[in-house]
Amino acid sequence: MRVSKRASGAIAMGAAFALIASGCSSGNDDEGSSGASSSDGAIVVDGTEPENPLVPANTTETGGGKIIDWLWTGLVEYPNNGGAPQNALAESIETTDSKVYKIKIKQNTKFHDGTVVKAKNFVDAWNWGAYSPNGAQNASFFADIAGFEDVNTSDPDGDGPKKAPEPKAKEMSGLKVVDDWNFEVTLAAPTAVFPTKLGYSTFMPLPDAFFSQGAEAFGKKPIGNGPVSFVSWENNVAIKLTRFDDYNLRDKMKIKDVNVKIYQDDTAAYNDLVSNNLDFQQQVPVSSLAGDKWKADLADRAIPSTTPSTGIIAFPIYDKRFQNPKLRKAISLSINRQEITDKIFFGNRKPADSWANPLTPGAKPGNCTACQFKPDEAKALLAEAGGFTGQLKMYYNADASHKDWMEAVAGQVKNTLGIDAVAVGVPTFAVFRQNINAHKMDGAYRAGWQQDYPDVENWVNPLYVTGGSSNDGLYSNPEVDALAKQASSAPSLEASHELFAKAVEKIDQDVPSMPIYFGGQQSGHSEKIKKMELTNVGELDITSVEL
Amino acid sequence: MGRYLVRRLLQLVPVFIGTTLMIYLLVWKVPGDPFAGKCGDRGCPDNYRAMMTEKFQLDQPWFVQYATYMKNLLQGDFGTTWSGRDVGEIIAIAYPNTLKLALVALVIEGVIGLTAGVLTGLRRNGFLDNLVLVSTLFLIALPVFVVGFVLQWFFGVKLGIVKPTVSNEMRITELLLPGFVLGSASMAYIARVSRTSIAENRRADYVRTAIAKGLPMRRVVGIHLLRNSLIPVVTLLGTDLGALMGGAIITEGIFGINGIGRTVLRAIVTKESATVVSIVVVLVLVYLVMNLLVDLLYAALDPRIRYE
Repeated sequence: MRVSKRASGAIAMGAAFALIASGCSSGNDDEGSSGASSSDGAIVVDGTEPENPLVPANTTETGGGKIIDWLWTGLVEYPNNGGAPQNALAESIETTDSKVYKIKIKQNTKFHDGTVVKAKNFVDAWNWGAYSPNGAQNASFFADIAGFEDVNTSDPDGDGPKKAPEPKAKEMSGLKVVDDWNFEVTLAAPTAVFPTKLGYSTFMPLPDAFFSQGAEAFGKKPIGNGPVSFVSWENNVAIKLTRFDDYNLRDKMKIKDVNVKIYQDDTAAYNDLVSNNLDFQQQVPVSSLAGDKWKADLADRAIPSTTPSTGIIAFPIYDKRFQNPKLRKAISLSINRQEITDKIFFGNRKPADSWANPLTPGAKPGNCTACQFKPDEAKALLAEAGGFTGQLKMYYNADASHKDWMEAVAGQVKNTLGIDAVAVGVPTFAVFRQNINAHKMDGAYRAGWQQDYPDVENWVNPLYVTGGSSNDGLYSNPEVDALAKQASSAPSLEASHELFAKAVEKIDQDVPSMPIYFGGQQSGHSEKIKKMELTNVGELDITSVEL
Repeated sequence: MGRYLVRRLLQLVPVFIGTTLMIYLLVWKVPGDPFAGKCGDRGCPDNYRAMMTEKFQLDQPWFVQYATYMKNLLQGDFGTTWSGRDVGEIIAIAYPNTLKLALVALVIEGVIGLTAGVLTGLRRNGFLDNLVLVSTLFLIALPVFVVGFVLQWFFGVKLGIVKPTVSNEMRITELLLPGFVLGSASMAYIARVSRTSIAENRRADYVRTAIAKGLPMRRVVGIHLLRNSLIPVVTLLGTDLGALMGGAIITEGIFGINGIGRTVLRAIVTKESATVVSIVVVLVLVYLVMNLLVDLLYAALDPRIRYE
């Protein structure tokens, strides 16, 4: 074996550090596991303050989303290895035409308040989430279900003075309770991916208490049906969860308490992690990634992983200057993604080479030909497109760490194509999003996408189909729309994936956006945790934790 | 004295209204729809934004919003955060934490700074004097976050003597390090101000008289010299409590303390006007009261000062 001098030195240092670390650890774990048997142990994990009351259909950010994922178990769940979903609360989900689904749930599972989970808890919850006056953030997820338009209306003139009219109905016609354990869902059109969606937090059941208390009161003390139940939420300090002993859907937790400590500063959390005062940090701070410092600090406690997320730069297609696909492709081909991920992300993220993240079932790796680095072809395409006049602005929100890579991208475009490309920071994410929503961007802009449910459909319909919920650049290609529609209503997932692959080929020719990198996650755990797994989206799987 | 007090208290009212109005306007003027960035890169549905905007009356003109806010405030209702949590509750948790931290910092900077100042003021140009001058220069020059990160890493991670962050119980022993960090710059100023003040008064007529009377040196310094020299120091310490409470954002972040600093920072970023204004209101009150106390203390310290 040949080991270069520098590398062997690093290994020796790593070994020395491990020795020191293990030597220090003995007297340091005075909190939590004070001699108690490990099945009664407690862990402290890092978190951020939830931005909304903890209601499944109204939570999209990670701070609250993580808690919701732990508090609830849905009809199906996604295995940690990223594979196809499996039945969890559902006994069976049957369909003959991908349009009418007969769902049978397991009997006698309980909510944390002791009430039994029945079919109506699903139907009521979904109707609440879809009803537009409730203003649920995830309402659009119910749009597959027949009768959605009757309960969800929108402002006729966009964001204007008129208000959205009162919906005609309060309940979707496509939902029918058969008995306590059975309900039937009729979709507006055949959708093969519908059962896959059911594991997303929006589709969780809600107990009767939700409807008697109201969303806001419930969201302060949520009652779910998952492996842990809610104990308390002290603002900006901690959210405490404890094992739900009546849980019978999966393996029970091997520990008792989970305390989510809320940090404002991820460096503070990281220092706690290194010195074993914090048991799990999902993402170590950027500052510790340089030179792989985190790996040296944490040694065998470091967990590198990949997440089904992609960093994207999108084009505002509503802007005349960006309507030529050749220009868009020229810009995309002028970016050296490998260099960005190596130099800026220290190899912790991977250069994007496909439209859907390759961890997603149905995604074809390497199908983004526009993601290659071909400076000569880029220059030729730019000339064909008639060049680019003026400044090419590339916007990002400056309140998160996007500056470095956006500036690197702009620099590459400038060097390769010779156009005046600059990265422009927008002070806050709120302003940034507001401009994107209002279709007021006059340059390319950073976007990101993390799959909601593991299927390639989630990477096409919301992003690239006309009217898609996150098609912010207003990209529209009738061929893509037709293929995606066909794919969505295909009788089987396999057939659906084939058709989506064809739709993606069309998207690849149009380059409505530029995938730049695939997400990576760098987590760490304390010495107390002997065994643990990450979920398919990189969250801690609390049922797997062993002390 | 009584009339003076009433006059000063009455002055608080316009200051109070002025500051709250100004802060409210400033937060209101921060660009951006607070609900646009709430749904990640997906973008929020219009129905959600419409509902939230109506619920928090953000579609009303600012003076209507301000009036509603003030009306509720006078009834003891601080409003709610975007996530529906009671701001009064948040303040009740966060304020004592910051106050505790600020008091620890104040005691540390008072004791160390004053001791150093008196010792060096009495014996200028000695070794100790030079040492204090150089080390205070060092503390003043270093930004708080450098001092904070270095000390946290050294004592918390490297040596492992203390935990890097403060636990939720906020024990006094845990607060010593953050308190030192927070008070470090002020400590340096106090040492320097008291040194100058002592050195100056050391040559004053009344000190010479006291020494000539044959008073023991301890009494001359302890009673006559120190009392008169303390006035600028007390001014500094008094206003510093307010500054420490408002300026603890960085220290609270580094040491993971749930105080008003990081609460208000988060609220500003998310345009949560109810939280920002409520916290600042209490902060302003602390400032005003501290200022009044300092003015009253002058009279106690210096017999030449009388309030009518």
